[in-house]
Amino acid sequence: MTSPNPLAPRSRGFLVQARDIYFSFGNTQALAGASLSVTGGEILAVMGPSGSGKSTLLHCLAGIFTPDKGEVWFDGEQIDTLSDSRRTELRRTAFGFVFQFGQLVPELTVADNIALPLLLNRARRKAAYARANAWLPRLELDGLGGRRTGELSGGQAQRVALARALVAKPKVLFADEPTGSLDTLSGEMVMDLLVGLAREEGSTVVLVTHDARVAAYADREVMVRDGRVINRADVQLEVSH
Amino acid sequence: MLSAVTVPLTLLGLLERAPSHGYDLKRDYDKFFGRGKPLPFGQVYATLGRLARDGKVTGGEAEPGAGPDRKSYAITTLGAQEFYSWLAQPIVPEPHLQTVLFSKVVLALLLGRPAGTYLDSQRAAHVQRMRELTEIKRNGGLMDALLADHGLFHLEADLRWIDVTSARLTALAEMVRDS
Repeated sequence: MTSPNPLAPRSRGFLVQARDIYFSFGNTQALAGASLSVTGGEILAVMGPSGSGKSTLLHCLAGIFTPDKGEVWFDGEQIDTLSDSRRTELRRTAFGFVFQFGQLVPELTVADNIALPLLLNRARRKAAYARANAWLPRLELDGLGGRRTGELSGGQAQRVALARALVAKPKVLFADEPTGSLDTLSGEMVMDLLVGLAREEGSTVVLVTHDARVAAYADREVMVRDGRVINRADVQLEVSH
Repeated sequence: MLSAVTVPLTLLGLLERAPSHGYDLKRDYDKFFGRGKPLPFGQVYATLGRLARDGKVTGGEAEPGAGPDRKSYAITTLGAQEFYSWLAQPIVPEPHLQTVLFSKVVLALLLGRPAGTYLDSQRAAHVQRMRELTEIKRNGGLMDALLADHGLFHLEADLRWIDVTSARLTALAEMVRDS
C-alpha cells in the first residue's frame, strides 16, 4: 500500500469519504450526488428503502464500483482514480466484507475459508491456519474448523464470514445486510459479535441495512434516499413560519 | 415500571408464590418489574391495605417490636381468583389509529410543511432510542434484554409505519389537498 497522500486536504481526517458521487446502471440512476464521511473507528449504519442506492454506495466506498462522477477517498488517498489492480490490492489488504449470504466457498472447510484472505496476502500456510483457528472460539465456532461451510446453519455461516472479513485486520469492514437472511436471535448474535470484534480490532464499520434493529448497533446512522445521503443535521425541522 | 392498575395484580401474583412481608414484596417487585423506577414503600403499603380491605389479602399480626414491614401478608381465594382471571385475559390490542405521529403528518401536509423532513427527524429519534435499548441489552442480563426487546419491537413497528408513510407521502399530500 502506498503512504497516505500528504496533499489530501479534502479528506479532513475522515477515514472514508464519498464526495458528491453519481453512479448509474444503464439508464437507472442509483446514486445522484451522494456524499458521506466516516471517521476512523466509527460504526456507521447506512439505512434506506430497497432501491435507494445504499448498497451501490457501499460498493463505491469499497472501490468495487467506480463512480461515474465524484470522488471516493480512503485514508487520505483518492481511490476512484486508482488502477484496477491497485484497488484490488486495497480491498484485499485494507478492507473486509460481509454480505447477506456469506458468500463462503462451500467446497472448503471453515478454517480454509477464514484463512483464505491471509493466503491471498501471501501469508505462510501454517501461520495463516493458526490465525484462522484462533478466530473460531471468538465466534463461538469451536470444533467446527474442519466442517465444510455447506453443512453450517445460516448463523454459523455468517459468523464464519465475519471471521474471514476480520482475520486480516482490515481498517474498514463493509457489511451489506449481514443479518438479512437470519432469524432474530441469530441476527443479534452476529451483530453482537460484529460490533464487539470490530471495536476490539479497531476496525471502522460501514453497515448497510434496512433494519432499524441492526442500525441501532451503530454509533450513527444516515439515510439514503433517491441516491442521496440524508444526514441527521439535514432533518432538523424549521420552526419558523 | 408497570401501570398503577397493574401494581395490585402484580403484588397479588408475588403473594401467590408464598406469603410475604411488605419489604420483601417491594424488593421482588423492584427486581423483576421496577427497572429504573422502584416502587415507593408508601405505595406498597397503601396497595396492600386496599387489597386487605377488599378481602384479597390477609395481613397477619405484626411481629413483636417491628414496624409495618414486619407484617406478613397472604393472598386469599378471592385474591387468587382475581389474579388468575387477569393473567388469563389477553391485553386489548390497541390499534393506535389516531396517533400523534399520524396527526402531525396530516397537519404538516395540510399546512404545506415538509412532512417528509418531519418523518426523517422522527426516524432519527426512534433509532436513537433503539440504540439506547440495544446498549441495555448488550450490557444487561436476560431480564433487561427481554424488557428492552419489548421496547425495541414497538419502536420497530413505528419505524415501519414511518417508512411506509414516507413512501406514500406524495399520494397522501394529494388526498389532503383535495379534501
